[in-house]
Amino acid sequence: MTTAPFGARLDDVVVRFGRSHRMLPTGTVVRDEAGTGLAGASLTIRPGTITGVLGRNGAGKTTMLSLLAAFTRPTSGTVVVGPEGAQEDPWENPWITSGTQLVRESGDLMNDEKLAVSLRYYADVRPCWSAETAERLLDLFEVDVRKNPSALSRGKRSAVGATIGLASRAPLTIFDEVYLGMDAPTRYAFYDELLADYAEHPRTILLSSHLVEEVERLFEDVVVIDRGRVLIAETAEQMRARGVSLTGSKDAVERLVGARRELHRQQLGATVQVTLEGGLDDDEAAAARSAGVEVGSVPLQDLFVRLTDPRSVRP
Amino acid sequence: MFDGPEPIYVQIAQMIRAQVLAGELKEEEQVMSTTQFATTFRINPATAQKAFAGLVDEGLLYKRRGLGMFVAPGARERLLDEHRKSYFEDVLKPALQQADILGISTDDVVAYVLGADGTRTTTEES
Repeated sequence: MTTAPFGARLDDVVVRFGRSHRMLPTGTVVRDEAGTGLAGASLTIRPGTITGVLGRNGAGKTTMLSLLAAFTRPTSGTVVVGPEGAQEDPWENPWITSGTQLVRESGDLMNDEKLAVSLRYYADVRPCWSAETAERLLDLFEVDVRKNPSALSRGKRSAVGATIGLASRAPLTIFDEVYLGMDAPTRYAFYDELLADYAEHPRTILLSSHLVEEVERLFEDVVVIDRGRVLIAETAEQMRARGVSLTGSKDAVERLVGARRELHRQQLGATVQVTLEGGLDDDEAAAARSAGVEVGSVPLQDLFVRLTDPRSVRP
Repeated sequence: MFDGPEPIYVQIAQMIRAQVLAGELKEEEQVMSTTQFATTFRINPATAQKAFAGLVDEGLLYKRRGLGMFVAPGARERLLDEHRKSYFEDVLKPALQQADILGISTDDVVAYVLGADGTRTTTEES
């Protein structure tokens, strides 16, 4: 069975958690808001893309991903998920939720049963499940399905999560920090499998990770969440074009910087390296070359760090 | 790999052009599929796709339905032609400017080009 890749849209979504009521000595009852997951987030996920979801700890990534998989409901605003032209509210919507596989850090496995039992469950609820892929990946990651999940190491449990996500072939497959505990060879094996499976079975994949450097080239689109809001939602290429680095003698670099916004500056003796917002046009690039200033790209990781720096001015 | 300032798809296209130019990729030879390319270099297939689409537009690669992408006949000759045109402006001029800065005389440059043993001669003579 194949289904068209799912897209998704969030419109001004607010999620608040842990409402509690408390009585003051005067007898008045007040409501406390324990936390805000999202504070007015709007964004569109393009169907059929691998989209990276980046954000600092507590920015609201997991909240957003849980909304798409209908694990939580928005306090206000709307969420719709589904194939182009047929997007619906995912909440208690069996058609949408059976096509959405969220792999969470916790793994969502039955801890008091053998792993094989959990896998049979996923095979039953995911209409596009590939038993062959699951078997091959568990073999690759050297996971013993006769064990209870609780007997597996952190890294092996993550590998099981990665396997479930890939084998689900769900039109919307979400990996929320699935790499935790995986060693480097296992992570790279996961990236390779993800790309190969995606190329063969196009669908929408969301991947949240703090290891931005490792995964940035897998992304076609990038979403940056910052303090409950969507700071950036665009193609990875557009995001890369947000910054340029200039390295050279202080005077030469200074002339090129002009009135532009600096994201970062590093001084090494007489040489400075400045990360600027925006790119250089052809004339500026030529001027840089003739002044002996090296023009470099800025990795998404650095842009992400600079743009979400609480000390920097909001873009 | 692909750490330059240009977008990755531009760098991929440059790499393929360089391979054709160097004769590593022969005319009518099949190039890697988008999927192979994506998994080999761990990049998004759409990025590789964009690079290939650009090269098809340039006429450097062509598609054979159901088979894949191939190097177009005459591709190497066209690249050679383009690069010869830009060689003096893009490669030699900056090198000679650097020689000026370093105070290397034109005679020294010429002597180097001709080689101490005189093995390098102009193509017109041969």
